[in-house]
Amino acid sequence: MSQTLLAQSGGFLRDRSGDTGCPSNDGVCLGWMVEHLDRYWDPFLEHVVITLIPLVIGFAIALSMGLLAHRQKWLITPFTGLTSAIYTIPSISSFLLLLPITGRGNDTAIIALTAYTLVIIFRNVVTGLAGVPQGAVDAARGMGLTSRQLLFSVELPLALPEIIAGLRIAAATTVGLAAFAYLAGAGGLGANIDADIDFRGNVLVCGVILTLLAAALDFLVLSVQRLLTPWRRAAA
Amino acid sequence: MITPIGSIFSTFSDSVGFIFERRPSDAGTVQVGGLAEMGHLAGNHFAVSFLAIVVSIAISVPIGLWLGHLGRAEMLAVGVANVGRAVPALAIIGFCVAFLGTGFRNIAFALTLLAIPPILTNTYVGMRQVDPELVDAARGQGLSGFQIVRQVEWPLALPTIFGGIRISVVTVLATAIISPIAGLDSLGTPIFSEEIYGTEGVIAAAIAVAFLTLMTDAGFALVQRLVTPKGLKIAARANRRPRRLRPLSIRRVQHP
Repeated sequence: MSQTLLAQSGGFLRDRSGDTGCPSNDGVCLGWMVEHLDRYWDPFLEHVVITLIPLVIGFAIALSMGLLAHRQKWLITPFTGLTSAIYTIPSISSFLLLLPITGRGNDTAIIALTAYTLVIIFRNVVTGLAGVPQGAVDAARGMGLTSRQLLFSVELPLALPEIIAGLRIAAATTVGLAAFAYLAGAGGLGANIDADIDFRGNVLVCGVILTLLAAALDFLVLSVQRLLTPWRRAAA
Repeated sequence: MITPIGSIFSTFSDSVGFIFERRPSDAGTVQVGGLAEMGHLAGNHFAVSFLAIVVSIAISVPIGLWLGHLGRAEMLAVGVANVGRAVPALAIIGFCVAFLGTGFRNIAFALTLLAIPPILTNTYVGMRQVDPELVDAARGQGLSGFQIVRQVEWPLALPTIFGGIRISVVTVLATAIISPIAGLDSLGTPIFSEEIYGTEGVIAAAIAVAFLTLMTDAGFALVQRLVTPKGLKIAARANRRPRRLRPLSIRRVQHP
């Protein structure tokens, strides 16, 4: 085996021989930050991509698993066990263990990150559906709704806040885990942190961008929830 | 990229072999792998993780018990988990390296920062979940505030507190992998020095960390079950839904 898994031998360090002034002293360097913000743009976009794709796929899979388990209650235990076992494996281990199978690149990161979103969303879909008041279900049945109508016009809307809460946690978690995706040869801001970890300005810019990204996704998902549940606004 | 199954299998079996047998490195200049070296790296890995967990328990549990007992500062006790989730683990390690420097103590500090939010939030929420009627009954019997915490609230909150500790342990063990970029050898060392340890070394380290984390988590799950008061188990059984799931909410951190 001579294929090399990680990017360059000797790690990910950036050549800093050209640095002068503040950056050469590893300072915070506000002026440098403003001037060099563009170098974080592409990694940032990559980070958004490897965060959003797993969230979308993971949401679709977890929602399907949740709906299935809602019908077939005995599936809840194996599904919960499986998804939490995956979640317990350190993300870096997953990225590296997938490398010989799926190769370096965004695909590997996306597969692993998708697997990590499952446990959070699945659990909240199941508990959200289980928490729908029995009275509401009985009333809907009494009005002659079919199972499908019941699911889409009563159960899912009432379970939505809890499902969305799961999605919010998954979003923030995925932003953080995606920072390790560079170890799988994927893009993202993690590589920028590692490449210049002694340089305060660099670490600060990356950390702030990632935290803002997590906050922005959280806000976005919350806004979607408000759009989808107008009756909760009226009540509030 | 499609790789033949046989080649994938041999990569993994070579990697498992790496854990147990010492061999020359790819460049042939040093000997790498084997149980002694992997054991040494795992020892470091667990030492720094253990220190971080002990310190974060010592800080968060008393604060969580105190705030939870008084029912004060919910914003702080619960908000800290949301902030902790939004700041990526790699960024926290990065901040510590850039602003404090490298080495065992600084990494332990960074890992402690990571471990505090789940434990603090779960301790607080665990305390608040205790049925207020039980607390009133205890007060009516003349128990002091300290006795109520020790004899009523603490045992009932313990499973939730342990849930928080479990998450922190898993997070810390997973994040200690990147300690080599902060100047401390751990099971992450072969991962970050592939030119020395080779592909087998990288995969071997990934397998070792995954295995040890799963085992540790299983151990904690067992302890969590042991510390659950008998009364709570009976109540759960009487509920006729013994494996009732609780939702993951913004307010509570749980082991999923």
